Amino acid sequence: MYETFRARAEAVSAEVHRFPGKAEALQFVADLLRRDGVSAAPGGHAVWAGGPFLSAADRSAVAPGAPALRFDVTRELAATARAGVTEADFAIVNTGTLAHAADAVEGRLASTLPPLHVALVPTSRLVPDLGALFARLSPAQTRYLALVTGPSRTADIERVLTIGVHGPKRLVIVFADDLAEGS
Amino acid sequence: MGNDFRRSIAAALDDANLGGALGRFSEAYRASRARAYEDHDFEALRRRIAGVKGDAAGRLDELAARFTAAAVARGAQVFRAGSPQAVKDYVLALARERGARSVVKSKSMASEEIHLNAHLEAAGLSVTETDLGEWIIQLAGQRPSHMVMPAIHMTKEQVADLFSKEVDERLAADIPRLVALARERLRERFLAADIGISGANVAVAETGSLVLVTNEGNARLVTTLPRIHVAIVGLEKLIERFEDVVPILTALPKSATGQLLTSYVSIISGPVANTDGSPKELHVILLDHRRSDMAADPSFKPAMQCIRCASCLNVCPVYRLVGGHVFGKTYTGGIGTVLTAWFDDLASAKDIQGLCIQCGNCKEVCPGMIDIPQLILEVRRRVAQEQGQPMIQRAIFSVVNDRRLFHGLLRAASLAQKPFTRNGLVRHLPLFLSGLTEARSLPAIAPEPLRDTIGRIAQPRSAERAALYAGCLIDFAYPRTGEAVVEILNKAGVEVLFPDGQTCCGAPARYAGAYESAAESARANIEALLADDVRWIVSACPTCTVALKHEFGATLRSLGDEAWAAKAEQVAAKTIEFATLARQLVEEGRLTLPEGRALGRATYHDSCHLKRTLRAEQAPRELLRRQGLEIVEMFEADVCCGMAGSYSLKLPEISGRMLARKLASIEKTGAPLVATDCPGCLLQLRGGLDQSGLPVEVRHTAELLAEAIE
Repeated sequence: MYETFRARAEAVSAEVHRFPGKAEALQFVADLLRRDGVSAAPGGHAVWAGGPFLSAADRSAVAPGAPALRFDVTRELAATARAGVTEADFAIVNTGTLAHAADAVEGRLASTLPPLHVALVPTSRLVPDLGALFARLSPAQTRYLALVTGPSRTADIERVLTIGVHGPKRLVIVFADDLAEGS
Repeated sequence: MGNDFRRSIAAALDDANLGGALGRFSEAYRASRARAYEDHDFEALRRRIAGVKGDAAGRLDELAARFTAAAVARGAQVFRAGSPQAVKDYVLALARERGARSVVKSKSMASEEIHLNAHLEAAGLSVTETDLGEWIIQLAGQRPSHMVMPAIHMTKEQVADLFSKEVDERLAADIPRLVALARERLRERFLAADIGISGANVAVAETGSLVLVTNEGNARLVTTLPRIHVAIVGLEKLIERFEDVVPILTALPKSATGQLLTSYVSIISGPVANTDGSPKELHVILLDHRRSDMAADPSFKPAMQCIRCASCLNVCPVYRLVGGHVFGKTYTGGIGTVLTAWFDDLASAKDIQGLCIQCGNCKEVCPGMIDIPQLILEVRRRVAQEQGQPMIQRAIFSVVNDRRLFHGLLRAASLAQKPFTRNGLVRHLPLFLSGLTEARSLPAIAPEPLRDTIGRIAQPRSAERAALYAGCLIDFAYPRTGEAVVEILNKAGVEVLFPDGQTCCGAPARYAGAYESAAESARANIEALLADDVRWIVSACPTCTVALKHEFGATLRSLGDEAWAAKAEQVAAKTIEFATLARQLVEEGRLTLPEGRALGRATYHDSCHLKRTLRAEQAPRELLRRQGLEIVEMFEADVCCGMAGSYSLKLPEISGRMLARKLASIEKTGAPLVATDCPGCLLQLRGGLDQSGLPVEVRHTAELLAEAIE
């Protein structure tokens, strides 16, 4: 399932990584943010929206590796952030899609406004297709179900594919095998 | 056809970019669509969609009420608007009550349909389209030319000019930089907007959910940043159950752009919190605007199954040449013609319905399983009923319906054309007829029609008999094709009769919306064809075969003539198209083709009716291969050659461009021979090759086969 997901997601310009443990995944995210220039300099911050899997302590553990992480996501902070980090509830294999019960506005702000979006998702939450997703996540559970397949794109000028119109220019998906445990 | 309309076609055909971007897209689309559907059973998928949407269209009121109840229970406000004005009044009143000054919109065809922007702007509101293509169109003051790709007709240079004016700075025509500029500019508008207006791709009655599909992410921002969200939803978007979102969401991106899924899908089921923690105000406007009337009309109810993917535009050989603006209204292309006839009025569709060449490409790919060509014929028929047929057309069909007069005139024309004829082709016609021979030469009318020569063929007597239905072209222009059919069937021990009472199959009348004339032709032919007891009624013209096999009954039934419709079914049951019958006789061992010959390369052109109605495209290819020809497939072998009967006379400029594309595809194969099974295509291709001077021969499969068997 993971390999198919990866192939499908990469085919739409997403980057996909997998780690056995939460700690390695978080370390990877910290390195990624730092490499991408997240820093304490003005306009160098990243926003990190809470989700169902990581505790506040988990999130804070990343902070030393990537300074200027903000967990109090507001529209102003998200609009000026270099990167946004969120947790996705499920990943749909046959389309390479992330699914997010995005009722809380912070997750939508962090995943839409910054140019880089990093999404963490437990490997155990891979589902084969849309039908399987809807059996787990539907209007009974969420008022704002967001599906994300690759970064923002357009081909509205001369049919030339261009990445990053209104949403992120880069989408990095980080799977952790033990992320959902105990949640 | 109005002169303005003709001028807009001429301008569109001359617009190099239109042909360029659109042509490239339509060529790439077929392959990317096919790839996207690789893991899916498209027929099963579209049956499910047609079932879901067809069911919903049968109970719009009930589903609208259920949607309202479910959405209201979740905290949304739902307004049912009968007319465009009601929507405009509602949105403006809302904006005034809330003191709103600025609006951001994500793509909504329904709001285009009712011209909402103009109304809000006139009242002093700032309205910004945020879909990149829509924003370009808004800055240019134009209408979208495509439902999914609104600005596909524009070049990057034109976009750079527009953006330069907007930012008051000279910008280069560099696409990534233009996109970056749009991001920056529109981001400001998003963050400042008071109201976000969206459409919806699906509205689910049982949950009160809206499904929004975008690639850019603008719908996410429109529904997240402003404190008020207004969704304008046509009633055709309603479905009953949430689980039925799956087939629609599976098909829509694949059919629209060849994507497995769009970058973003938002499924909104009630208001959520705003960024300041306040509850969002969510207003859903359910727009009727004649949709209930359309759903209540049995002929047009299937149009409600449309999911607005625009694949009917993407595969249309006419759309790719002229683009969307010649359609003159919000909705363009095949389904757009039908929607315009309803959402505007029948008169608005009078000219544009004539653009449809009835090739059937769109019907093959429609995920809503809509027989769009048939709906356009119905529009055509109603236009003809309401406004009367053009005088010249009425005169022509009254001649055609009088067989003796019609055939007498054809014989007279055979003499009159002599001064213009060389090698069986008419290259230049004088005066007002000159347009007819601009792109292609016309075939000369044969000195003797098939009905005169056929009696001279010495046939074996046999208990197994077939009636040959020639059709006008084979009878009067290509009698040799008919003789070839007789010779081949004779070889298999079948005696061929030529019922003299046969006349025009009525297809031209039917395709012109003149069903009464078509019915008269049908009755005359049915009488002639049922006079003798034969095993088969065979025709070497796919269009005539379709008329005999599928349309006689439909035409008669639509006029309430059940008695003749029943007889039409007897004709239909016996009717078979030549290549299919010949292959059957070969397989039964009754016809033997010489083995081991190498006759060289040939390419095959599929006639629209043979491929998409009769589904017989393999039979002729097999016959040609078995006789020793190597088939080199041409690019888009099954795309219409532009003939389509009287279409090439009514819109010769479009027909000529389609022919030119076809000739280029033929030339690229390097084959010296084109085979086809339709005398109409043969006329078009042969005439085009004659005018262009390409040394390629065009032959009917029957003639090639007769020569091989000899």
